[in-house]
Amino acid sequence: MKKDFLLDWGFGKLAFLGALLILVILLSLFVVLYKESSLAIHTFGVWKFITSKVWNPPMEKFGGAPAIFGTIVSTVISILIAVPVAIGIAIFLTEISPYPLRTPVGVAVELLAAIPSIIYGMWGLFFFAPFMRDKLQPIIHATLGKLPLIGHWFSGYTPGIGLLTASIVLSIMILPFTAAIARDSFNMVPPILKESAYALGATKWDVMKDVVIPYAKLGVIGGIILSLGRALGETMAVTFVMGNQPVIPTSLLEPATSITVTLANEFTEADTNLYLSSLFYLALILFVMSFFVIVIGKFLFLKKVER
Amino acid sequence: MEFDVKERFVIEPKESPKLVVDKLNFYYGEKRALKDISFKIPEKKVTALIGPSGCGKTTLLRCFNRMHDLYPGNRYEGKILLDGENILEKNYDLIKLRSRIGMVFQKPTAFPMSIFDNVAYGLRLKGIKNKGELKDRVEKALKDAALWDEVKDRLKDPASGLSGGQQQRLCIARAIAVEPEVLLFDEPTSALDPISTAKIEELVVSFRDRLTIVIVTHNMQQAARVSDYTAFMYLGELIEFNKTEEMFITPKVKLTEDYITGRFG
Repeated sequence: MKKDFLLDWGFGKLAFLGALLILVILLSLFVVLYKESSLAIHTFGVWKFITSKVWNPPMEKFGGAPAIFGTIVSTVISILIAVPVAIGIAIFLTEISPYPLRTPVGVAVELLAAIPSIIYGMWGLFFFAPFMRDKLQPIIHATLGKLPLIGHWFSGYTPGIGLLTASIVLSIMILPFTAAIARDSFNMVPPILKESAYALGATKWDVMKDVVIPYAKLGVIGGIILSLGRALGETMAVTFVMGNQPVIPTSLLEPATSITVTLANEFTEADTNLYLSSLFYLALILFVMSFFVIVIGKFLFLKKVER
Repeated sequence: MEFDVKERFVIEPKESPKLVVDKLNFYYGEKRALKDISFKIPEKKVTALIGPSGCGKTTLLRCFNRMHDLYPGNRYEGKILLDGENILEKNYDLIKLRSRIGMVFQKPTAFPMSIFDNVAYGLRLKGIKNKGELKDRVEKALKDAALWDEVKDRLKDPASGLSGGQQQRLCIARAIAVEPEVLLFDEPTSALDPISTAKIEELVVSFRDRLTIVIVTHNMQQAARVSDYTAFMYLGELIEFNKTEEMFITPKVKLTEDYITGRFG
């Protein structure tokens, strides 16, 4: 009896320590980032740093706006591209695809999700950027570039490296991940529920739209949020194709930068304390952004689960 | 268990047949799950399918609305005639078939939508958009399913808030809202408590004169209580088909007798 009690007590404490470790790591990440960036925070303040567009290391002027802009815009565009395609893939794999195709295509999607991001970056630089320059750019100019109001976002001639290229590579990178999660959520729908819709005379499309998607909605939203977190923090794939220009571009086709791109490229060059501290400041901002995306996601997600 | 493979007893009901099963064989891939089944299901009567687990009673039920077509590798042989029309034809319109033959499942299957929308679902699939007509038919279906008084003040609430028994009656309301000619029940009370079970059984009996009902049950008392005719199946074969009271009082086949007296099963 006594031994069992001790074992239980010891195991409980061990598990508690494991959980505590996570909190300690999280806190220490935050503390280190904050400490290292305090010089930049004192020099530039919060609002000024976020809104200042000047990033000029020789002049010791550091503003975060171009990197923050690049991070947010590339993430939003990649999600806008990836989510509809991913849901389409998931629908195909769960309801439409002939049975012999389901497993091979499903495995291919999972394999894509497991490819290291640097490979997407290399593919982006050596294949997709030239393709963008030679093939897609003229098409974009002729179509999206002609739209009123937003046409100038799609103008200009570039070597194929830029914000839009990075967003597309990013969307391809998060696509399999989003699709795999959406498919798993669709597969969680009890067959008997789908059968009862079919038994009322529903078509595949009816079953998808009225039963499968509403039932799996929460899982899909969860998948989108996880993808958002991935896209925000993704470094290697975008570093290759973003262009690393610390400016806010007027056109999506132009080179730009993002927080992760700036960090990956510039740490080795940071020769002054203020430069280094400003990079840490950017990292802190990315940390807070990712944190809030997850918190908001979980909050929305959990609130919906309760319903 | 050994049994005399020759011994069979299948009567021809005196009522006009709604469904005629003619030398039906069904295969899950290579596995032959139904073997040469032939009998006639009378119109506007309750027919129960009984037999031990794995005897093919649910498989047979799911042939009537071609549910097996949802999965690959399934194959039918023979005929099932609905009002004289073979529903096993390759290009038979399954959407139309399933609006004529409704189904209620083992477990309540309320859709993730409101109570009203659940019942209106089949009607909307049929293309009924008129709000007044939808409202009237939903109300009538809920009254027929003896659920109206319990839900009339919360039709907009999600159906997931109802109890298991209420959800199952909701599924019945949803099935009868489209006014099918045949209603299939696949062990509709296996997930329910005795009071909810009694309510479902009352409903089945109350539909007797309006619809043709086929009910699969593992509960022989239930078959005895609700059905007019009973089919006893064993290992994919139809052993005995007779009026329920005769089958339960004087079974004609030894195997049927052994089963209903609880000697195996």
